Amino acid sequence: MRKTMVTALTMVVAISFFTGCAGKAAAIPETPVATPVETITEPTETPVVLDKGKLMMATTTSTADTGLLDYLAPLFKEATGYTLEWTAVGTGEALKMGEDGQVDVVLVHAKASEEKFVADGFGVERFPVMYNDYVLVGPKEGIAHTDDISKVFTQITEEKLPFINRGDDSGTDKKEKGLWKALGIDPIVNPNYIQSGQGMGATLTMADEKKAYCLSDRGTYLKQKNDATLGLELEVICEGAKDLLNQYGVIAVSPIKYPEVNNEGANAFIEWVCSEKTQTVIGEYGVKDYGQALFTPNAGK
Amino acid sequence: MNEFLTGVENFFANVGALDAIKVTFIMAITSTFISAVLGITLGLLLERHDFLGKKMIIRINRTLMGVPPVVIGLLVYLLLMRRGPLGSLSLLFTIRGMILAQTMIITPIISGMVYAHAARSAPSIRQFAKTMGASKWQTNLLLLKEMKHEIYFAIVTGFGRSISEVGAVMLVGGNIKGSTRTMTTAISLLKSQGIFTEGIVLGIILLVMAFILQWMADYFREEETIDENY
Repeated sequence: MRKTMVTALTMVVAISFFTGCAGKAAAIPETPVATPVETITEPTETPVVLDKGKLMMATTTSTADTGLLDYLAPLFKEATGYTLEWTAVGTGEALKMGEDGQVDVVLVHAKASEEKFVADGFGVERFPVMYNDYVLVGPKEGIAHTDDISKVFTQITEEKLPFINRGDDSGTDKKEKGLWKALGIDPIVNPNYIQSGQGMGATLTMADEKKAYCLSDRGTYLKQKNDATLGLELEVICEGAKDLLNQYGVIAVSPIKYPEVNNEGANAFIEWVCSEKTQTVIGEYGVKDYGQALFTPNAGK
Repeated sequence: MNEFLTGVENFFANVGALDAIKVTFIMAITSTFISAVLGITLGLLLERHDFLGKKMIIRINRTLMGVPPVVIGLLVYLLLMRRGPLGSLSLLFTIRGMILAQTMIITPIISGMVYAHAARSAPSIRQFAKTMGASKWQTNLLLLKEMKHEIYFAIVTGFGRSISEVGAVMLVGGNIKGSTRTMTTAISLLKSQGIFTEGIVLGIILLVMAFILQWMADYFREEETIDENY
């Protein structure tokens, strides 16, 4: 009896250990174990394209949270034979992973930082891939829908409306700080301007809870807004302004700095993602579920 | 040297590290105090009284001693969110909300430890008090006095758990700079920004504090063994 109990317990521990690992793997680049990506791509082995192993990418939460990568990875595997794996973090950390040679390729959205990354010799060359846009969301009472971001930011500061800044050095965080700076407003003077230090999804739910305003990429916002279980009450307050565009770039990590990176795979990915066929696929993503595309392809432009 | 100092200063301002240390302590001390009162009372009551389902409660208590804090965090989040049952209290993303979550995590640890020791030593102490003709209150006082080292030890363990916890305070507190950011959530944020050095500095501060705590715990444990030698 006792023996059976011990065996059963050991099994429970073993099972929880393994399932625990599988859940974590996506976040840890060094661990070459099963990830959600593989489970999707496993059955699509075609005799034409050889399995060429893994390609590790560091990217921002927006590309992962919107489901774009889950959608692209199997297509990429089919076309080139590489299994795309990614870790979704803020732009700051994604570039840092590239600087440390932890990943083969980065897909991020903070042009100035990306150019510095290439100039410092960590990346080979930056290629624009696509853009999406930022929207300012919040409770619709208080501020009228507009396309004038400077009016909204001024009103928020003057009326001391609650505003949540990500404060995590992500592309969205950098974009928002850049907007304030361009307007010459110091947001800190507003006592209700707070920093969440968390990802886009968590920050959106926090804004909803606190009836606060925040800047979000449209994709993550739409995805959460469509999720009935969240019941988000946030509405788009400001959209369409030219300075709210959000350009994504893809950069291969320098094989000169880090000979161990999979440069061949990285180049294959860049070529594939910028190809006309893939660009069309990106432009169609989201139309079915959200009624509008989440990303606008613009490679080579 | 001066450059180094300004560097340190900038870093502390950047993530609000000093505030984070303050928040960590306010949260840990308050939640440990509440948990101590609740946990000691519960542990002793559980030892004193027999009732139907007592074994089940003890088993649940032991399970809760090891419950992943993030699960408690999620539970408290759902309770406190605007559309949740306690939404009208607006406790989400406040220190008080974090204290609530922490209390739920630490109370079972303290009550479990207190019960485990009381179950072993209380019957003989009570027997002794009875032969000496002590009143009910005197017996209880004697019990507390005899168990004081174990109780200290349980409280120190609870406090240590409280300052090192990250999952629940991230969910319930929201890691808001200057108001609900703790040392652990600040470290997690620094990591997500790719700033490792400062994260390690903050981590070392936390480790040193945990080490001092363990030292205190050991001190009480040693006292205990000395007592037993009499």
